[in-house]
Amino acid sequence: MNEFQMTTTDLIGMDPGWLIAVKALLVFAICVVLTLFSIWAERRVVARMQMRLGPNRVGKFGLLQSLADGVKLAFKEDLIPKAADKIVFVIAPLISVSVCFLAFAVIPMSGPVMMFGRETAMQLTDFPVAVLYILAATSIGVYGIVLAGWSSGSTYPLLGGLRSSAQVISYEVAMGLSLVAVFIYSGSMSTSEIVASQDRFWYAVVLFPSFIIYVISMVGETNRAPFDLAEAEGELVGGFHTEYSSLKFALFFLAEYVNILAVSALATTLFLGGYRALPGLGFTESWLGGWFTMVWFFAKVLLFFFLFIWLRGTLPRLRYDQFMKFGWKVLIPASIAWIMIVATLRVLSAEGAPQIVIGGFTAAMVLLVLAGTSIYERSKARAEAKAHEVPDMPEPTFPLPVMPTGRTSAAGIVSARSGEGSERNE
Amino acid sequence: MSSELNSRQSDSRQSDSRHSDEVAPLRKAESEVAPVTDKGAASLFNQAKGFWVTFRTMFKKVNTVEYPEVKEPTAPRFHGRHQLNRHPDGLEKCIGCELCAWACPADAIYVEGESNTEAARYSPGERYGKVYQINYLRCIFCGLCIEACPTRALTMTNEYELADNDRGKLIFEKEDLLAPLRAGMLPPPHPMYPDADHHTYYRGEVPGASPLQENVSEKNR
Repeated sequence: MNEFQMTTTDLIGMDPGWLIAVKALLVFAICVVLTLFSIWAERRVVARMQMRLGPNRVGKFGLLQSLADGVKLAFKEDLIPKAADKIVFVIAPLISVSVCFLAFAVIPMSGPVMMFGRETAMQLTDFPVAVLYILAATSIGVYGIVLAGWSSGSTYPLLGGLRSSAQVISYEVAMGLSLVAVFIYSGSMSTSEIVASQDRFWYAVVLFPSFIIYVISMVGETNRAPFDLAEAEGELVGGFHTEYSSLKFALFFLAEYVNILAVSALATTLFLGGYRALPGLGFTESWLGGWFTMVWFFAKVLLFFFLFIWLRGTLPRLRYDQFMKFGWKVLIPASIAWIMIVATLRVLSAEGAPQIVIGGFTAAMVLLVLAGTSIYERSKARAEAKAHEVPDMPEPTFPLPVMPTGRTSAAGIVSARSGEGSERNE
Repeated sequence: MSSELNSRQSDSRQSDSRHSDEVAPLRKAESEVAPVTDKGAASLFNQAKGFWVTFRTMFKKVNTVEYPEVKEPTAPRFHGRHQLNRHPDGLEKCIGCELCAWACPADAIYVEGESNTEAARYSPGERYGKVYQINYLRCIFCGLCIEACPTRALTMTNEYELADNDRGKLIFEKEDLLAPLRAGMLPPPHPMYPDADHHTYYRGEVPGASPLQENVSEKNR
């Protein structure tokens, strides 16, 4: 296995300049085409979830809908508000869109393949800290959002930009922490090596809590439903891109979807074994001279994309404070605790601790988690019971108004006539 | 009367004799309802149920009607385009009374009445509607005109495709609204059915055009 992963990195390293250019173009084309496809797919699938048909007019099954929308956007009037900071207003979408493509440079989309008579892999480049590079690239995307919001010279975009940048930054912490366990296990930050190290078990299985945390935080990171607070129509109109129109808006749109694909691709690479086939289907990896691995890769990416659509079709939007509370008070502490456990286990096994110690530690951790959750649940139930408790109110001394028949008065169910009668009797 | 009242009072007082007694059971009932029972694994399962709903819906039959290609029939009493009906012999039912125009809340109907003459008879009685316009830019399809019509001349069809690209085209004239001539009908003007008057027509006793009317109708044309 070690031999194989060395060759992957070496293969990319030996690419001549023209091949790198071709691959860069190919990656860019894949991103754009996949974006067009995924916008269409999202609209169709969400429509199905709501018992609608979705776009089905332009081209077969409406497949050309997003292309038509793109052309329409390009021909629309390009407005720049008077109050806007013009230079920044123009630069912001450019930052967003150019940065989001960067992540794809280090994503391994296929195993070793032949390309124009040279053996290589469908991965533009790779280096020892490739995953950190992805995190850095996606972080720069926040500048696009925050600058767009600020330079629009308008209230809603400013608030929307602040919200989404706060959101992206907070969830990036949880995201980065969830990746640490992967680094600990694979012993590398290079994407191709992480893929290679998942030859026996996917990290989605081995490091399941990390996987869950990553999946949640990637939804938060990309400003998608149910975490799309920056675009809460009822509160902020369109969020940071309220004032944008025409091609500049199209760029933000493109950036959003490429970002979704990028985090999905990263999730595939880090947790689902990248371009590797499903367990037991390893023989398919050599089909089409190795190109079939790309099918596996994109199948997994689209699986994640379906998850995004599914979330959007199912869950209502969170309130901003709930969202932040969840990120900082649940995801990040859980992530840190999990990393501690993983690191301890890793060190124990590396130091050659006896099986009983490792088993005992694992059992202790499981017990601790169970105890913690049960205490938490009990206290929550107690708090809820207290909240629902009816305070013991004294009997009112003043005469109660006569209630209409069948209504509930403050003292309980008293029909109007009986109330009258009792008063008379007294 | 008063005894009935008293008996009802005593009934209700039996169930809740004193104020302090009647309060306690109600509170107990409230606290029985209040506590949230789903927690932990149960609430997680409920979350998953929501996802299952959307997933299952994907494979259900869609509600969409692909309109221009597929046209669903309307409800039988749908309010669509108006129609000016005819008597069985082809004479118009409209008597030009303008009650529809007066009933119209949107002021969408314009009627000009004219007297029938022996030479040119369009409707059985004294008068007929010479000009009849409905402005479909104003019409709200409330059907008050139909209720107002004394001769059942004005009714509504189920036709709903009334869009057009010219405002002028949406003012429908009498010839746009008149019901088509069916079998046994003759295009007016022509005289009334032999030995009939407008009462006969109104009672629906005229079966269809007679050969006598036909000759006159031919001549008029």
